[in-house]
Amino acid sequence: MARSDYEVVIGLEVHAELSTKTKIFCSCPTDFGGEPNTHCCPICMAMPGTLPVLNERVVEYAVKAGLATNCEISRDSKNDRKNYFYPDLPKSYQISQFDKPLCEHGYVEIEDDEGNLKKVRLLRIHIEEDAGKLNHDEFGGGSLVDLNRAGVPLIESVSEPDLRSAGEAERYLRKLKSIFEYIEVSDCKMQEGSLRADVNVSVHKKGEPFGTRTEMKNMNSFRSIVRAIEYESNRQIDVLEEGGIIEQESLRWDDVSGRTFSMRSKEDAQDYRYFPDPDLVAIRLSEEYIQNIKDNLPELPESRKERYMSEYKLSEKDANLITASKYLSDLFEGTKNVCGNAKLSANWILSDISRILNEKEMEPDQIPFTAVQLGKMIQLIENGTISSAIGKKVLTELFENPIDPEGIVKAKGWIQISDEGAIKAVVMQVLEANPQSIADYKAGKDKALGFLVGQAMKATKGQANPQMLNKMFIDELRK
Amino acid sequence: MDITELTVHELQDKLKNKEITISEITKAYSDRIKEKESDVDAFVTILADEAIVKSRKIEEKINNGELKSSFAGIPIGIKDNMCTKGIKTTCGSKMLENFIAPYDATIVERLNKEGMINLGKLNMDEFAMGSSTENSAIKKTKNPWNLNTVPGGSSGGSAAAVAANLVPWALGSDTGGSIRQPSSFCGVVGLKPTYGLVSRYGLVAYASSLDQIGPITKDVRDCAMLLNVLAGRDEKDTTSIDRPKVDYVEALKNDVKGLKIAVPKEFFGEGINKEVKAKLEEAIAKYKELGAEVEEVSLDIAEHALAAYYIIACAEASSNLGRFDGIRYGHRSEKGETLRDIYFNSRSEGFGPEVKRRIILGTYVLSSGYYDAYYKKAQKVRTLIANKFEEVFKNHDVILTPTSPTTAFEFNSKSSPLEMYLADICTVSVNVAGLPGISIPCGVDGKGMPIGMQLIGNKFQEETILNVAYTYEQATNFRANYKPEFKK
Repeated sequence: MARSDYEVVIGLEVHAELSTKTKIFCSCPTDFGGEPNTHCCPICMAMPGTLPVLNERVVEYAVKAGLATNCEISRDSKNDRKNYFYPDLPKSYQISQFDKPLCEHGYVEIEDDEGNLKKVRLLRIHIEEDAGKLNHDEFGGGSLVDLNRAGVPLIESVSEPDLRSAGEAERYLRKLKSIFEYIEVSDCKMQEGSLRADVNVSVHKKGEPFGTRTEMKNMNSFRSIVRAIEYESNRQIDVLEEGGIIEQESLRWDDVSGRTFSMRSKEDAQDYRYFPDPDLVAIRLSEEYIQNIKDNLPELPESRKERYMSEYKLSEKDANLITASKYLSDLFEGTKNVCGNAKLSANWILSDISRILNEKEMEPDQIPFTAVQLGKMIQLIENGTISSAIGKKVLTELFENPIDPEGIVKAKGWIQISDEGAIKAVVMQVLEANPQSIADYKAGKDKALGFLVGQAMKATKGQANPQMLNKMFIDELRK
Repeated sequence: MDITELTVHELQDKLKNKEITISEITKAYSDRIKEKESDVDAFVTILADEAIVKSRKIEEKINNGELKSSFAGIPIGIKDNMCTKGIKTTCGSKMLENFIAPYDATIVERLNKEGMINLGKLNMDEFAMGSSTENSAIKKTKNPWNLNTVPGGSSGGSAAAVAANLVPWALGSDTGGSIRQPSSFCGVVGLKPTYGLVSRYGLVAYASSLDQIGPITKDVRDCAMLLNVLAGRDEKDTTSIDRPKVDYVEALKNDVKGLKIAVPKEFFGEGINKEVKAKLEEAIAKYKELGAEVEEVSLDIAEHALAAYYIIACAEASSNLGRFDGIRYGHRSEKGETLRDIYFNSRSEGFGPEVKRRIILGTYVLSSGYYDAYYKKAQKVRTLIANKFEEVFKNHDVILTPTSPTTAFEFNSKSSPLEMYLADICTVSVNVAGLPGISIPCGVDGKGMPIGMQLIGNKFQEETILNVAYTYEQATNFRANYKPEFKK
């Protein structure tokens, strides 16, 4: 059978670290980084006798996430213990939620591969604590435990198996990421591990029941997720085509070899012995509490998009592209506020900045400069201090060394030459050196003008005011 | 005058009248420990020398007006499962033989705030699992009434120390009877508060939904006084309840006229020692004489409560004790190469047989496929038991039962774990229902061993059971008639 006879089914379990100031069950900071074991206390180190106290902010953030993804919010929820042994899990159980998650039955909308709107259902969103980190051979021999991350709050969002391609999975994850960023519950920095996904993949022949799924754990880049899904679905189809069967198992995706490896089969699946955590009381939420969060939800991407189209006259496509990421959208709004030109701000973000991000394989949240810096750069172009060509060079500089653009321009000597005498001198010099071009122009070849302007720009290292150059060449040639 | 014979309220009176000083009290206990501890072996860690130094500091603080509490300078002993900053907390286990907590349990903070002086950490069954203190990996504590018998457990060190006048009072913890049963065996007063009245922060967890810290004292007034210090909401323990402060000493009215006492006939049936039963009947007659109304009721829960208790307690324990993995603190085996070896060997070497038995039992009842049949069912039974108590309390103020079916038994006399579990048959249902219970002595058997009476109250009715216990105590005065004899 052909590959096209198969349908790929994907479900995602997405873990997002919440951006609360303190951990879920103690008052340690959640900041990323820090010397190992400096952000921990007897509680998150699971010293004997210590007890957890639920951080109310965590509940609030999870409810926000639930409301923004159209979930029903549980009025009566609780924490459960998930028991297993691992050195990064100091209590030997993770406090999570089992049968009464905070949020259930939601959905987000994405475009399917044909460009149609599609609802991806969310089974649930629950709160839980992150584990610590093991450093293998990083500080000399052996494995050392760092508990800075232990107890950092997470929400786990579990989708229904509604995704049908790697592209859909990527769009779904981008959408979820963007929503969490907009409502400011997580910074979703995949490179720091604050957003990671377990990817479930199965294949079946169209019209037949779903196949057995495999799970790839802890994926933290869009590129790997797409590659892993493509690899794994093809691998499963190959196995089935050769008459084999798919084992339900946990796999590890290896980015270097581009392959999946078996970690654990269903037979060795752990029995987590979930039971309600007796150290924590039930989570009961009132109608007013939920309504209050609902009333104070920040502006979501859809509504920003509408506003950009009506207020700033951006095209739907541009508005879509900018609002896809809260970082881009915030950068856009900040830049526009500084330079006062929405159109130019959008253009710079969608053309040059997006191109550089692509080239550097960076996500918008990794943009090193601020909206104020970008806005000032656009101002410099607008007031004629630099040309757009120089603007591109300044932008490249901003990616390398984000300082005040005016400082960059001054330090590099890139200020545009707008002095009439200086421009005239260059024009005369270029004309003198290129008699053939003068002849061509006079013979009706307009292209020659472009060549001359180019030569003048080259002579001034791009700093001559292009409008003035243009005008002056025409004036001279017509004499 | 032997200072160590005095109750805490007597000490307070003498301090107030300047008949004695704080230093003299500490010195007296230091001497008493030197004299009698070797007979009883109640302590895991003795802090007598530190206590003498501390008592001078406390005296200074009192003199310059920094400390005004009436408990300032009163010594206390603490069960070795409550964390004490800078002092070992072993839980009676090889696993934590050298564990020093970097923090104080909330109740230890409260004692310190009052200016009480820690005389030492008291022996217990390993991780509070047991009814004789024989499960301690540290030492064998003896019953001061007869050194060939057990002090009861798991707070055996606390009860024995109070009975032997090694401390004026002590803290115990009670998960299924661990304060009341040893108090009964040692002829002292022990109270398990309503679940949620006292903070558990810093109490090394055995079974989180059942554990409560409570006082073990020489008499009921001391018990009420110590409960005044312990009770109250703690932000660090979300299961502790926020409710208006009560003065438990004020509740001691010495009057039970018109009070309704329920006597459940099932607690006086088969398995209850005849002498125990006879003394309890005398106590019932006494209450009638004092004007209480006594009524026989049916409360057919004991066996179900015992089963539900061992399922729930072991389930929670199997999870609570997972943290003792040899990675961050506690015993780590020298043997083995792999992570699995560290886990296996550290836990195999660090835990004793009873702890292992309960971890295995708890792991089993939580396993998928067994969860509904055991853990979930036990939770349902728990609700039913609470409802049955509720029913009795609709028409009665307190429930009266024996604390234990027998008096203290000899070492190594229980041939199976199940036989030992039956020692808790009268006390576990109180924990399962989250109720308060007090044990007070009500006589001795033919061998001169103390017999305990248990009074159970409705939720947060500590005032009622303390008053009912106090009234009996005032009318009978056990302490004036009987004293431990350190029989060898």
